[in-house]
Amino acid sequence: MNAVVEASERGAQIPECPTVMTESPDFASRPAYFRGRQQAAWERFQSLPMPARTDEAWRFADVKALDLSPYRAAGAVSDAQQAVLLARSRGLGETAGRMVFANDRLLSHEVLADDMRAKGVIWLPLEQALVEQRDLIERHFMSGDSLLGSAKFAALHEAHVKAGSFLHVPRGVEVALPIEVFHWLSGDGAAVFPHTLIVADECSKVTVVDSFAGASDGPGFACGVNDIVVGNGASVTYVAIQRWSEKTLAFHLNNTSVARDATALALRLNLGGARVRDEAASHLRGQGGRSDMLSVSAAAGAQIFDQRTLQIHEQPDTASDLLYKNALNDRARTIFTGLIRVEPVAHKTDAYQKVRNLILSNEAEANSAPGLEIEADDVRCTHGATSGTLEEDEMFYLQSRGIPRWEAQQLITFGFLSEVFDRLPCASLRDHLTDLLHEKLG
Amino acid sequence: MSTEILETPASPATQFDIDRTAGNFSYPEQHEFDAGTGLSHATIDYISNVKGEPDWIREFRHKALDVFLSKPMPTHWASHDLDNIIFNKIRYYLANAQKPTRSWDEVPDDVKRTFERLGIPEQERRFLAGVEAQFDSEAVYSNIKAAVADQGVIFCGSTEGLIKHPEIFKKWFGKVIPTGDNKFSALNSAVFSGGSFIYVPPGVKVKHPLQAYFRINAENFGQFERTLIIADEGSEVMYMEGCTAPKFETTTLHSAVVELVAMKGAKLQYVTVQNWSANVFNLVTKRAIAHEEAEVKWIDCNIGSRLTMKYPGVVLKGRKARGEVISIALAGDGQHQDTGAKMIHAADETTSNIVSKSISIGKGRATYRGLVHIPKHLKGCKNNTECDALLINAGSRTDTYPAITVRGTGNACQHEASVSRISAEQIFYMRQRGLSEAQAMSLSVNGFVNDLVRQFPMEYSVELKRLIDLEMEGSVG
Repeated sequence: MNAVVEASERGAQIPECPTVMTESPDFASRPAYFRGRQQAAWERFQSLPMPARTDEAWRFADVKALDLSPYRAAGAVSDAQQAVLLARSRGLGETAGRMVFANDRLLSHEVLADDMRAKGVIWLPLEQALVEQRDLIERHFMSGDSLLGSAKFAALHEAHVKAGSFLHVPRGVEVALPIEVFHWLSGDGAAVFPHTLIVADECSKVTVVDSFAGASDGPGFACGVNDIVVGNGASVTYVAIQRWSEKTLAFHLNNTSVARDATALALRLNLGGARVRDEAASHLRGQGGRSDMLSVSAAAGAQIFDQRTLQIHEQPDTASDLLYKNALNDRARTIFTGLIRVEPVAHKTDAYQKVRNLILSNEAEANSAPGLEIEADDVRCTHGATSGTLEEDEMFYLQSRGIPRWEAQQLITFGFLSEVFDRLPCASLRDHLTDLLHEKLG
Repeated sequence: MSTEILETPASPATQFDIDRTAGNFSYPEQHEFDAGTGLSHATIDYISNVKGEPDWIREFRHKALDVFLSKPMPTHWASHDLDNIIFNKIRYYLANAQKPTRSWDEVPDDVKRTFERLGIPEQERRFLAGVEAQFDSEAVYSNIKAAVADQGVIFCGSTEGLIKHPEIFKKWFGKVIPTGDNKFSALNSAVFSGGSFIYVPPGVKVKHPLQAYFRINAENFGQFERTLIIADEGSEVMYMEGCTAPKFETTTLHSAVVELVAMKGAKLQYVTVQNWSANVFNLVTKRAIAHEEAEVKWIDCNIGSRLTMKYPGVVLKGRKARGEVISIALAGDGQHQDTGAKMIHAADETTSNIVSKSISIGKGRATYRGLVHIPKHLKGCKNNTECDALLINAGSRTDTYPAITVRGTGNACQHEASVSRISAEQIFYMRQRGLSEAQAMSLSVNGFVNDLVRQFPMEYSVELKRLIDLEMEGSVG
C-alpha cells in the first residue's frame, strides 16, 4: 500500500493491476498446513520495513532501486512458447533428471536415470511435494533465518512460492549424473518465485544444477530461494546458473546446512540480470563438515551484482573455503560483503575467504568487504580481497604474438574467471559453464 | 671467569617490576570554572564566556551542538555499548583558570606531581622540543623550545591558536573533519577545549618531535581536546601524544578531534601511545589531508579503555600523496578496541598502506574496521592493507570489517588478514630455556608486534613493551 501511496505522491502512475507487493497471494490452492505459514509470511513481508541506506546489510547498495511496484505474478506462457522453451531447456548432455518451469508453471518433469527411480529418491515439483511430503517439508522448508539482510524478500518468496523442485536423497544413495532444473521468466513485468530444496540424507551424494533464464528481454522480477540440507557424511554439489534478462531485478537467497563429515560445494555463475542480490549462508553444524562457496560473475553494461555471504562455524573441526571472482566491464558494479563467523565452541576451524575483482573499464566499480568475527582462539582464518586490472605485461605478451588487444583482454578475462570451474568435480558441468561464459564474454 | 658470570643471579623478573597502579592516581580537584554536568546552549555560552572567545567560535559551537543533538548514535554498525554513555552526567568544561604558562616554575606543584607519576624523566622534560601537557581541559604548561620558535613554528593551545592566529588556523579548522562528520566530532566541535595547534612554516624541518601528554583527572569528566597541525610546503614535523588516565569508578568520555594538513611535499607524522583506564570511552576522530607529494603517517597504539573507536584517515588530495597507518591494538579483558583506518584516494598516483596488528586477551575484543576508497578516473593508485590478529585466550574475540571500493582501471588494491594464536611450540621452547609462561607469552606477543614497534620513536617503543608486559601478566594460567 505504501508504495502505491508514494507513487501517487510522486505523481507517477498508480499501477492498474495489483502487484506482488499489494496483491495477496492465492493461498487457497495450497494444503491447509502450508496455507497458515504462507499467510504469516505475507503478513511478515508487509510489516517488515524496506531496506534503508543505513542498514549495514545493504551497505554500498542503492536501496532506492528496490521498487517492486512494477511487478505482478507471472501469467502462463502460450503453448507455442512452451514448446520453444522446452526445446531450449538443454544444458548438460546426460542428466539424471530434468524439470522445466516457465513463469512458475511446470512444463516438464522427466526422470531419466535408473538410480533416480530405483533407490527411493524423491524428486518432485514443489507443489506436489507440499502435499505428498509434509513431514520433510515441515522440517526443512525455509527452516533457516534470513541472516544477510533480505528477510523481507524471503517472506515475499514464502508467501508467493508455488514452483520449484524438491529433492530428497535417502541414506547411502548416490545419484551419479547431475539433475537439471530450468526456470524461465517471460513477459514484461512478470514475477516468479523459484524454489529449490535439497535434502541429502546420511552418506548420500547428488549434484543439482539450477538454470535461471529470461525468455524475453523485458523487465522482470525473480525472487528465489535455494536451501540445501546436507546430512552426516553426505555430499551435495549445487550449481546456479543465472541468466535472467538484462532488465530483471533478482533475489537469490540461500541457507546451506552442513552436518558431520558432510561436504557442500556451491557455485554461482552470474551472467544476466539488471540488478541481482545473491545471499548465501553456509552453516557448519557438525565436526568434519566442509563448505566450498564459489562464484563467477561477468558483469557488463549497467549490471549490478550484489553478493553477501556468511560462513558460520557452529561446531569444532569444520572447514569453509570461499572464492568469489568478478570481472567488471562498462559501468558495471559489484558488491561483495562476506563474513566468516567462528562461534566460541568452534575450535580448529579452518576458514578461508577470497574475493578477486578484475576491473576492465574506467566506469566499473568493485566494492569488497570481507569480514571476520572470531570468538575461538584455536583457529586458522584468513581472508583477502584484491581489485586490479589487466597486467600490461600479459597483454603485451599476447599482442606480440599477433593476438589483437580485444581478444587478448577476452582471453585473460576468461582465464581469470574460468579457473574457478576447475573446482567442480563433473567434467560435463565444467564444459557447460565454460560455454556459457564464452557466450557472455564473446 | 665463566663461573662468575653464571653465578650472577639472572633475574628476568625485573622486566616485570612495574608498579601496576602507576596509572591509578588522582589529586584533589580545584576547578575554578566548572560548567556543571549536562549539555545545553547555556553550557556553550558558559564555555565561550570563560574562554573569552570571539563570536565566530561561539557560533561555531552552537551550530555544532545542534548537529550533535540531531544525529543518532551510530549503533547500526557500532557497538551498542555506546548506549551506556549518559551525556547528562558528563561535565563538559572545567579548568583551573590557569593560563598557559611559559616556565616550568610557574606550573603548580600538584600538576608537577602528576607528571612525576607519568614517568617523564627530568632530563627529558628539559630537552623535549616542546611539551604541551594538558591537565583537564586547559593547557597548563606549554614550553616551546626557543630554537623551534625561532624557526617560526607556532605551537600553542587550541583556544590561543584561534584567537591569536586566526589567519592561519581558521582556514583549516573544522575543514578536514567537518562538524557533521559524525556524532562525536559534532560533540567535540561544540565543547572543545585544550589540545594543540601547530603551524610549521614552509621548508622548516622540526628536528625534535613535538610532544603533548594529557590525561583525564576529574571524575565523570569528558575531555574534548582539539588538535590541528598544519605542515606548510616542504616542511617536516613529528607530533607525539601519550596518555595514561587515573582509574575512576564511573564512566568517562574522551572524544577528541585531530586534524592534520600536509601541504605540498610536507611530511607529517602523528604518533599516539594510549593507555586509558578500563572505564573510559575513547571516541576519537582523526583525519589528515595530504596535498601533492605530501606524506602523512599515523602511528597509533591503543591499550586500555572500555571502548575505543578510532579510525585515523588520510584524504590523499594531491598527486603522488602518500598515506600510512600503522596500528597496534591491545584489548585486555572486558575491553573493546574498535580501531582501523580510512584511506580516501582523490588524486592520481596516490598510495596508501595500512598495517594493523591486534592482540585480544581474556574476554577482550579487537576489531579492525577499514575503509579504502578509490573513486573514479584515477590512475596509478595503490593500496595495501594487512591485518593480523592474535588471540591469547579461549574467550578472546577478534573481528575484521574492511570495506574497499575501487572504480576504474589503473588502480590496484589488496587486502589480507589473518587470525592466529600463540604457537604452543614457541612457548614450550622458551619455557624449556627457563622463562616463565608469562615471560614466554610476553616475548611472543612482543615478537608479533615487533616489526611495527620498531617504527615508533625509541622511548615509545620502550614504553609499549612495558605496557604489553603489564597486560600479559594476568592473562596466563
